[in-house]
Amino acid sequence: MILKKIISKLALLALLGAMTGAGMAADNVGFVYVSPIGDAGWTYQHDLGRLQLEKETGVTTSFVENVAEGPDAERVIREMAKRGDKVVFATSFGFMNYALKVSKTFRKTAFVHATGYKMGKNMGLVNARFYEGRYLTGVIAGEMTKSNVLGYVAAFPIPEVMQGINAFIQGARSVNPKAELRVIWVNSWFDPGKERQAALTLLSQEADVITHHTDSTAVVQAAEDQGKYAFGYHSDMSKYGPNAHLTATTHLWGDYYVKTIKEVQAGTWEPTSVWGGYKEGMIALAPLNKAIPADLQSRIRDLEKQMTAGSLHAFAGPVVDQAGKIIVPAGQNMTDEQLNSMNYYLQGVVSKVPN
Amino acid sequence: MESSILSSILFATIVAGTPLIIVALGQLIAEKSGVLNLGAEGMMSMGAIAGFAVTFETGNVWLGVLAGMAAGALMSWLFAVVVLTLMGNQVATGLALSIFGVGLSAFIGKPYEAEILPTVGAIRIPLLADIPIIGNPLFNQQILVYFSWALFGAIVWFLYRSRPGLVLRAVGESPSSAHSIGYPSIRIRYMATLFGGAMAGIGGAFLSVFYTPLWVEGMVSGRGWIAIALVVFATWRPFRVMVGAYLFGGVMVAQLFVQGSGLEVNIPSQFLSALPYLATIIVLVIISRDQNTVRLNAPVSLGQPYRPDA
Repeated sequence: MILKKIISKLALLALLGAMTGAGMAADNVGFVYVSPIGDAGWTYQHDLGRLQLEKETGVTTSFVENVAEGPDAERVIREMAKRGDKVVFATSFGFMNYALKVSKTFRKTAFVHATGYKMGKNMGLVNARFYEGRYLTGVIAGEMTKSNVLGYVAAFPIPEVMQGINAFIQGARSVNPKAELRVIWVNSWFDPGKERQAALTLLSQEADVITHHTDSTAVVQAAEDQGKYAFGYHSDMSKYGPNAHLTATTHLWGDYYVKTIKEVQAGTWEPTSVWGGYKEGMIALAPLNKAIPADLQSRIRDLEKQMTAGSLHAFAGPVVDQAGKIIVPAGQNMTDEQLNSMNYYLQGVVSKVPN
Repeated sequence: MESSILSSILFATIVAGTPLIIVALGQLIAEKSGVLNLGAEGMMSMGAIAGFAVTFETGNVWLGVLAGMAAGALMSWLFAVVVLTLMGNQVATGLALSIFGVGLSAFIGKPYEAEILPTVGAIRIPLLADIPIIGNPLFNQQILVYFSWALFGAIVWFLYRSRPGLVLRAVGESPSSAHSIGYPSIRIRYMATLFGGAMAGIGGAFLSVFYTPLWVEGMVSGRGWIAIALVVFATWRPFRVMVGAYLFGGVMVAQLFVQGSGLEVNIPSQFLSALPYLATIIVLVIISRDQNTVRLNAPVSLGQPYRPDA
């Protein structure tokens, strides 16, 4: 939105003014955030990583939050590179082309872009396997549901969201073949009112365990109000629904940030494309709610160990789509290429894929 | 089973339409006096954070609503000073107010982002609430829903049945004529603008205290703009504003229900999401297609600055 851009521009001017005055003695690392840090959510998790980085390596960091995915992003990234930041982390999909462009001018700076697909001579990529957490929450959902109807409030049908939906039903069906999943698309990453309405709609139509791939906590709150269950996303959202919140899929970036900075300081850094999951310590579940029976809790812990060891894949064959077509035969796992082009629902999802 | 779904759709429709009605009716009064305030989004945001913060600090929902109202009114006062006293351009100032309000609310709201409020209970009207299907949606709602209906009644009476309402409309038609027969056009415009701001503030507080009891930056999500558009498409008629708001809420809720039903629908969800806007515009354009009624209801001096000579 134009208005938002104007606001962030103003904020930016003020921030940049303040930042140029800061000292440059120690190695500095810059972070570009797409939204305010807040108390939960995508940017909040990255900021936890930033704080861990400061604590473990002693580098100084600076960040600019609420940077629109547009020309503003380029200016922020360029400014960080220009003042001599060793590494710049651009943490939103829409920053990709801008980071790449700036990286060509500042060859000595290391750039890392999250969730994108273009690499450069001095620009690496990082992403997390959110679907691994989704699979585990699906297992919990499959066991906890009484109506066998699960609900999912989703933003836009891009592969990352589709992976989450499909992993959720794969997990649920692995323990409860009768489970079905209904999806409501709200076509917005962030509209608490609409997200809540979608959640209430699902709950009033038999669903008793719901989750969401949008950015607010409204869905968890709605489940709390209705006395049903929900899973958080990005961050632990138990505060917003102490009874409803069974657990949440969270992502952790700190270890990766620390590793990157150490490599840069040692001069051994090469741009890589990291897609980390349980194995890399980048995905974890928030604390499990007491409502989850002890034996199920320990089974989940077991599954987590298997994922860490690499012996359990969320999309282990047979993976069957809605039409009954076998996507992955038994005995094989879905490839990353297949994951990245996912645009269909798997068996168990009763809604239709938009468009 | 089916009737209970109908009942829940109706219920959700009324809830979704309520903030739009409150804000749009407030803007309607302001526009009837000739003041076009495009700052609804900003005033709602300020109302939302003020309502949330005060409810959170005091635990009193009423103080929260009052604070939301005051915050909205204060924002519109700023606007009024610029456009009515300093003769600033209404469109530009309104846009600035929107940007300012959204940004300022985010700034003030920082410490409240992590907080939550308990859900405000509904007020059940005995007997009436037991009517099948429509009883629950109409008579078992949160207090501000009833308020929106009272507001509608009051505004209809005020505009079309009361003398001050007549004066207000006269100022909107021709402030200089109203001034020449002794009415304080500027002061009337001030009051109308403040009223519009106060209602936008209540609408914002409804979102953050009643609808989704939480505060996050940007939570108004364009509802202020929808309310402004509603007033125009409803050709400045209160009843049509109500129809438009419920239609918008209804189509939005209905499409969610269709998606959540698990039924096979071959309509892209993007289209379903656009449907509320489309349906509301089409219906309001059709009922307002008569050029004469449009001309009759549109305030002639809308958006034009006015300075009394001497």
